[in-house]
Amino acid sequence: MPLRNLILLLLGIAALIAAPLGQGNYVIYVLCSWLIFSIAAMGLNLTLGYAGQVSLAQAAFMGIGAYTSALLTMAGWHWILAAPAAMALCFVIGLLLGYPALRVQHHFLAFVTLAFNTLVFLVLRNEEWLTGGSLGLVGIMRPSFLGFDTMPQIHFYYFTLVVFLIVAALFWGLVRSPWGRAFRALRENPIRANSLGVDIRRMTLLAFAIGSSLGGLAGALAAPLVQFIDPPAFSLVHSLKILLMVVVGGSGYFFGPILGAGLVIVMPEFLRFTEGYYLMIYAATVLVLMIFCPTGLIGLGKRIAGRFKGQRVRADLKQGAQL
Amino acid sequence: MAEFLQITLSGLATGSIYALAAIGFTLLWQASQTINFAQGEFVMLPAFFVLIGMHVLGLPLFVAMLFALLLSLILLGAMFKKLVIEPMLPHGTLPIVMATIALGILMKESVKEFYSAEAQPFPALVSDRTVDIFGASVSFQDIANLAISLLVVVALQFFLNGTRTGRCMQATAQNPGVAEILGVNIKRMVLYTFLINAALATVASFLISPIYLAKFSNGEPIGLVAFIAAIVGGFNQIRGALVGGLLIGVVDNLAASYVSAQYRAAVPLLLLIVIILVRPQGIMGKAEGRTV
Amino acid sequence: MTMHVQTAPTATPVLSVRNLSKSFGGIKAVQDVSFDVQAGEILGLIGPNGSGKSPLFNCILGQSKPDAGEVHVNGRSVAGKRACDLNKLGVGRTFQMLQVFPQMSVLENIILAGQEHHGTMFSRLFGAPDAGLTGEAEKLIDFFRLGHLKDELAGSLSYGQQKLLDAAMAFMAGPSLVLLDEPAGGVNLTMLESLKERLVAFNAERGSTFVVIEHNMEFVMSLCTRILVLAGGRIIAEGPPEAIRSNPEVIEAYLGG
Repeated sequence: MPLRNLILLLLGIAALIAAPLGQGNYVIYVLCSWLIFSIAAMGLNLTLGYAGQVSLAQAAFMGIGAYTSALLTMAGWHWILAAPAAMALCFVIGLLLGYPALRVQHHFLAFVTLAFNTLVFLVLRNEEWLTGGSLGLVGIMRPSFLGFDTMPQIHFYYFTLVVFLIVAALFWGLVRSPWGRAFRALRENPIRANSLGVDIRRMTLLAFAIGSSLGGLAGALAAPLVQFIDPPAFSLVHSLKILLMVVVGGSGYFFGPILGAGLVIVMPEFLRFTEGYYLMIYAATVLVLMIFCPTGLIGLGKRIAGRFKGQRVRADLKQGAQL
Repeated sequence: MAEFLQITLSGLATGSIYALAAIGFTLLWQASQTINFAQGEFVMLPAFFVLIGMHVLGLPLFVAMLFALLLSLILLGAMFKKLVIEPMLPHGTLPIVMATIALGILMKESVKEFYSAEAQPFPALVSDRTVDIFGASVSFQDIANLAISLLVVVALQFFLNGTRTGRCMQATAQNPGVAEILGVNIKRMVLYTFLINAALATVASFLISPIYLAKFSNGEPIGLVAFIAAIVGGFNQIRGALVGGLLIGVVDNLAASYVSAQYRAAVPLLLLIVIILVRPQGIMGKAEGRTV
Repeated sequence: MTMHVQTAPTATPVLSVRNLSKSFGGIKAVQDVSFDVQAGEILGLIGPNGSGKSPLFNCILGQSKPDAGEVHVNGRSVAGKRACDLNKLGVGRTFQMLQVFPQMSVLENIILAGQEHHGTMFSRLFGAPDAGLTGEAEKLIDFFRLGHLKDELAGSLSYGQQKLLDAAMAFMAGPSLVLLDEPAGGVNLTMLESLKERLVAFNAERGSTFVVIEHNMEFVMSLCTRILVLAGGRIIAEGPPEAIRSNPEVIEAYLGG
């Protein structure tokens, strides 16, 4: 890794460590949700941005992860066991949800996953004996690790940060590995990839399963953060929100979803003063951004940087070659 | 048996309205690969145009309906194409999906903020008397809805197959490249498609609002049902969308009566998943190429 | 009782097609076609439009199921094999349409083409990002004279360069048989010469076997060692290029339609 990037990385981590210092509980809560949604959005970025498989069900996996980990911790499991269990369950369900992707693509897949999200919502709401129905689950404990109690908000932030950094590092490794290359090949040209020995069936299913398990992990972090979960927190709207994070940030870019999650989580806070109009302003912003910059913020950044650096030699040939 | 018949008939009536939205959805997809996630809101909004026409401008009902149709054609047809879809077309499906989702939220929130968050009564076009058919009591409203919807669909079919413009539109949808070579003005044909979609949504709005009342949040369930109907029917065919709409209307109505209220909403979704897995081209559709 | 003894058992053909038939609706696209391809051969498959080349190709590649007959690669049946399994059996291919991964660099395109043949699923997740293939990939890129472009995005290359890359990808995994579907299509003359010359050199150096479908007669005649002519789904002629050139039946098939 070039020295410059290493320094930037360390500065970034230092900023994340310093961010909550001196802040009130609410600000720290917002920072925690940013990290948690970043994890969920990273998962969706793998499925959608790298492997090119549309999924509108990431919130459902957050829900499955949140309820699984909450129920297990309430039954006496430690979080460190409950969270992997939640991820494993999401992995398996993600595999199953990946099967339709082997048959249908694009908009069809969007609708299958959309339907799945709504079905999960119905189950969470209706199976009261397990999920507490629309009242949800109350009194979820925050974990403690070898005496480090995450009950204080700032402790929980650092706990979330550690998980986030581990996930980010693993994700970085994954997308650079041959698996990552195979995922991108799947997105760019599945038929050619298949003819080169890439088992596209297996990679499609894995893209769903891994992406979903990250959604599950995000859920397993969200449950102890809020200490209360109910079905509406995992409805379709939230899947769309996570999708928005990925697309607005820049799908297929490592930092895209992290940036997107920051924007989607933080912007409402800035728009708070507008009260009732906040959703409208929000929607209008997304609309305008999509119309003027369909590749997301990272794409926009690259375009601006490209303008400053001057056009690269071959960039002009590019369009000709794609015709 | 009478009960079953009654449920089926009223299901067909609502289903025919869903079919209108589903057909518009299908047309947009064919003409410009646009998946309109705001389709439900497109059906929700014209009712409010009528209400604005009646209560704010003081127009009589039928004039207000014409006013609403005109406004829909401009806003939901022409402007939607020009300002939202056209700039994004070169960038694939995903930005359009996001933008139409955002547009849907924008429309919904605007109605909530600027008109009312409460459900508004909407004038029915026909009296609410009922008639007895084989022991089932069917409302005039249901019969009128079914008749009007089917009439619209037949008219649309006639337009698409029987007129030159209609055939040009079909050619554009099937193969824009060839159509252009043959001298078809593609841009105009796509615009017509958007206008037809707006008109279909408006008619659906007029028919469904007396039943469900006009409410800002109506779009979501209507849109979802329209998607399901379009996919179940086959996505690339008007006939398919019609059959899909009718089927979903009936299934939904039967589910409401015979399945637990809690899981009623799950039935159309399960139908969707099964159809996609077993017959991805839809009940009426022809197979398109698969990638995997 | 007489036994028919196969002579020269060492020469198991790389590709063996036996009594292959395939029809679509009522049209017999491929009728009872049999031929072998020996190691090191460059076989050209030509014929007028609609003569059954593509259906034959698709049957060989396991893309469509033949109505009758068998296809063996290195003595193993291709029936029911998925494209990725067939590739693992040692079959490389190119497509009629250009097929590269435009958003990946040239080097990454080539590494992708080799990575699934190295290590296990596990090692591909936790091992080196390049699966230890950078050296080998660079050698191949240099061989196809794309060395100066190795870090460029494949999508930014010229059409001819992409065609070379496309072919190079098919060779990366060291296949025993490579099927080239119209490699010359759309390539300009200079690039065509260099493509042909590279293919011949590759064949000579590594002893790999090619089957080529091609419309460009000059290209086929100068590239291939043996040519099969299809018409109406049947093989009507077979032999070295010079014999085919003067075969009256072939001329009839092309001119008489």
